[in-house]
Amino acid sequence: MPSSRKPFPIHIVVFLAPAVIIYTLFMIYPLLDSLRLSLNTVDPATGNEVYAGLQNYQRLFTDALWQPRILGALRNNFVFFAIHMLVQNPLALILATLLSSRFIRGRTVYRTLIFTPSVLSIVLIAFIWRLILSPIFGKALFAPLGITLPPLLGEPATALPTLGLVSVWQWVGVPMMLFLAALIGIPDELIEAARVDGATGWGVFWRIKLPLILPTVGIVGVLTFVGNFNAFDLIYTSQTALANPAFSTDLLGTLFYRTFFGFQLQLGSPTMGATVAGVMFMIILIGVMIYMFTWQRRLLRNTVEL
Amino acid sequence: MTARPRTPLGSTLQLVAAHAALLLYTLIALFPIVLIVLNSFKTRNAIFRTPYAFPDADTFSLVGYETVFSRGNFPQYFANSVIVTVCALLLIFIAGTMAAHALAEYKFPGNAIMGLYLALGIMVPIRLGTVSILRLVVSLKLVDTLAALILVYTAMGLPLAVFILSQFMRQIPRDLKDAARVDGASEYRVYWMTLPLIRPALGTVMVFNMIPIWNDLWFPLILAPSDANKTVTLGAQTFLGQFVNDYNAVLSSLTLSALPVVILYVLFSRQLIRGLTSGAVK
Amino acid sequence: MKKVLLVLSVLMILLTGIAQAQDTVQLVIESWRNDDLTIWEDTILPAFEAQYPNIDVVFSPSAPTEYNAALNAKLEGGTAGDLITCRPFDLSLGLFQSGYLASLNDLPGMENFGDVAKSAWITDDGSDVFCVPMASVIHGFIYNADIFAELGLEEPTTVSEFYAVLDAIKENGQYTPIVMGTNDQWEAATMGYQNIGPNYWKGEEGRLGLIDGTAKYNEGGFLQAFEALAAWQPYLGDGYQAQTYADSQNAFSLGLGAIYPAGSWDISVFRANADFELGAFRPPVPDGQADCYISDHTDIAMGMNAGTENPEAARTFLEWMTTPEFANLYSNALPGFFSLSNAEIQLDDPVAAEFVGWRSECASTIRSAYQILSRGEPNNENDLWAASAAVLNQSMTPQEAADMVQNGLEQWYEPQMGS
Repeated sequence: MPSSRKPFPIHIVVFLAPAVIIYTLFMIYPLLDSLRLSLNTVDPATGNEVYAGLQNYQRLFTDALWQPRILGALRNNFVFFAIHMLVQNPLALILATLLSSRFIRGRTVYRTLIFTPSVLSIVLIAFIWRLILSPIFGKALFAPLGITLPPLLGEPATALPTLGLVSVWQWVGVPMMLFLAALIGIPDELIEAARVDGATGWGVFWRIKLPLILPTVGIVGVLTFVGNFNAFDLIYTSQTALANPAFSTDLLGTLFYRTFFGFQLQLGSPTMGATVAGVMFMIILIGVMIYMFTWQRRLLRNTVEL
Repeated sequence: MTARPRTPLGSTLQLVAAHAALLLYTLIALFPIVLIVLNSFKTRNAIFRTPYAFPDADTFSLVGYETVFSRGNFPQYFANSVIVTVCALLLIFIAGTMAAHALAEYKFPGNAIMGLYLALGIMVPIRLGTVSILRLVVSLKLVDTLAALILVYTAMGLPLAVFILSQFMRQIPRDLKDAARVDGASEYRVYWMTLPLIRPALGTVMVFNMIPIWNDLWFPLILAPSDANKTVTLGAQTFLGQFVNDYNAVLSSLTLSALPVVILYVLFSRQLIRGLTSGAVK
Repeated sequence: MKKVLLVLSVLMILLTGIAQAQDTVQLVIESWRNDDLTIWEDTILPAFEAQYPNIDVVFSPSAPTEYNAALNAKLEGGTAGDLITCRPFDLSLGLFQSGYLASLNDLPGMENFGDVAKSAWITDDGSDVFCVPMASVIHGFIYNADIFAELGLEEPTTVSEFYAVLDAIKENGQYTPIVMGTNDQWEAATMGYQNIGPNYWKGEEGRLGLIDGTAKYNEGGFLQAFEALAAWQPYLGDGYQAQTYADSQNAFSLGLGAIYPAGSWDISVFRANADFELGAFRPPVPDGQADCYISDHTDIAMGMNAGTENPEAARTFLEWMTTPEFANLYSNALPGFFSLSNAEIQLDDPVAAEFVGWRSECASTIRSAYQILSRGEPNNENDLWAASAAVLNQSMTPQEAADMVQNGLEQWYEPQMGS
């Protein structure tokens, strides 16, 4: 190996430098700096940021004003995540299974069309669904069908599930593609062999296909988790940063935005904003760790990859 | 495709059911989009009185589009989005392939740690560092520039790009590269030679980065909100806020800002989907 | 790929060329008045630019619900426009104290405004004024006169007449009696609670009582106002919980509803969009009460971003805004924004003239939470939004909502504590 014997492999540094510099400066440094900021507070007398230990976190979880907000956002975020896990990913798997059959004619057309919402901007999607579900346009829309549209986005009980489903509608194409890629990768011989053994289509799916795409299921799960706990755009564009009605659609992302930048007549606070971001960071870290140390480890025993 | 005597789905009934399911979901996916485009060509009263009807001689109206063209700044926003996306993808490509090459090709102390370090960002959303990114961008005097967006998106896209590309580059046969080295090629030359070989993985990387960059609302809102630097996504959001009462303009702007993306998508859907489904991400 | 790059570079050259071709100073106005965008662009700004051709002004509003957060974000990042539309009292005072708004003490033309006009944009000790007062807005009800004629209805003046009218519209069944939604919260608080409230809490008497600690949100007039608001619930349209402010404006201008609880600023929106006769009546007084009170709220002003790169041009624009010329232009271009200038103004719009006429019949007050009470956490105005929406959504009783607002105030506001 000629390269490893050179006294100082300057080319390695050259190759790594651009990525490492940009990545460190714009991603790692801001993340660490945000964590540092979350341990600071603004001294009202001087206006300077001073070290305050875990005081902000304590305030976030115990203060009478903050506690309902952070707990509410956490709860809503888990509901949002559950909707994606229970609706989006099974739906994606069903669609991918149907599309992976080479006996379905026009499957590339289906595939292309079903993926379309995922390439559209969230602004359009939020607005389109707000319009469809609005009491004015929505009423005109559903009246000919004999349906009286309930105020889905206006009731605290229904607003979050409704937006969860809108998000599913938008993003289902992505896990569908990942599942599809995994399903296409299954060797035909395996499926044929199972059929010869008398397995039905349903049996083939449960006994052959699903076990083989389990790594993809895990990846889709963890991607959904990270994406959901980082979600902001849909709620912001549809329900504003106030997460109407009555904070019932508030996610950690909208809470973060509100805390950092303020809302209505309330001024924002960078240190408390960083604290909310710190909580999000911990949650995502814990989720990814759980994935790494349980799901992936178990899979690694059975596969040779990575 | 030739018809076959037996289908693994079993009976024709199952095939019909499969088509019915796919068709139903396709309709659900497309209905809202079609509805918006359809109504954008109608008068305000017709939008609210007969939302399903096609525009006819009485109800056809382009007034919304006139408003969008006279009041909005969409060509500019679109240009900004193209500049940001293309530059960020280009930077991700250059810096990403170089770093991936270093990780895949050379054994050096700290290789594994460097790989892990660069992969951290796959799982940690860059958004969590927003407070400090804003301060950093302000201190670099890059606030309200497209450059700020480009750099942030590059940092956001690099981890996944480096991860996928280095996995892929490890599978490239060594013989070719070693032969070049024997001929006296420099390491930079060897890197250059590998680039054409990674094309399949590149599609995946570009697609996975392009969609979130193009559609992002968060960073344009915070880092580059002035009218001259708005991306299409932010521009549409602002326009909707400003013309919230003018449904003709709203529907027209929705249609117009979706149109370029949908056209590009239809033109390149084959490549895009191949990128998504190619084996690089397992 | 090469072609794409070529097209791109050509595009970029074109864009930079366009940017450099202009030799003028550009000013950007931050505002929450998205409804007024076309009027600023077509009427107000051309009048200014005709006099100052080397200053190019761009009106760049965001939606009212997003304005404060978006403005804070831009100020924090240094990307805010040169001129900043000021909310009254505490919020703008906070911006001034944070150094984001410049002092305008020495701006020529400020003498055209009286003390009342300036009171919303001045420090507590009166030493610094930081925004040029633009207009006050008055609350009341706008109605669809065609529907009133069709159903043979008269403008109500008392609460019982008001409900008789609402019952008649509901009975008829064709139209929504009250067009208002609770989705945006502020609509319920501003067009609802602050609209009818002053009649119950006796205007300034009640408002100043809150500030000095002698009045409470959960007793007397302030509680009665919540009860009166809650009584609107049966008269709101289907799905009002999901109805945004824009939905309300749209529904009323499409002729779907009869009565619209209004801010006077809505007049210009309906003048542009509605094809029926408009009428207006003032907030109904409780039966047997002789005095009437209206919310005549010092609502909007314009300040200068302390970090602007074009302070000269910005001050030129602000100075122009103090002139009688601007006062006349603005008041008539946007009927419903009543100029705070001392200048004589002739209002052409009959509905706007009707609103402003109530000043001579009733005592004026401003919205209860804006002065002093919105300086702490929880923010009093924010609580009022949530409480007003909650009583209409029936998720809280009027008493519960009033208790919530009062408790919030008692947590930080000294004069209300420990009583």
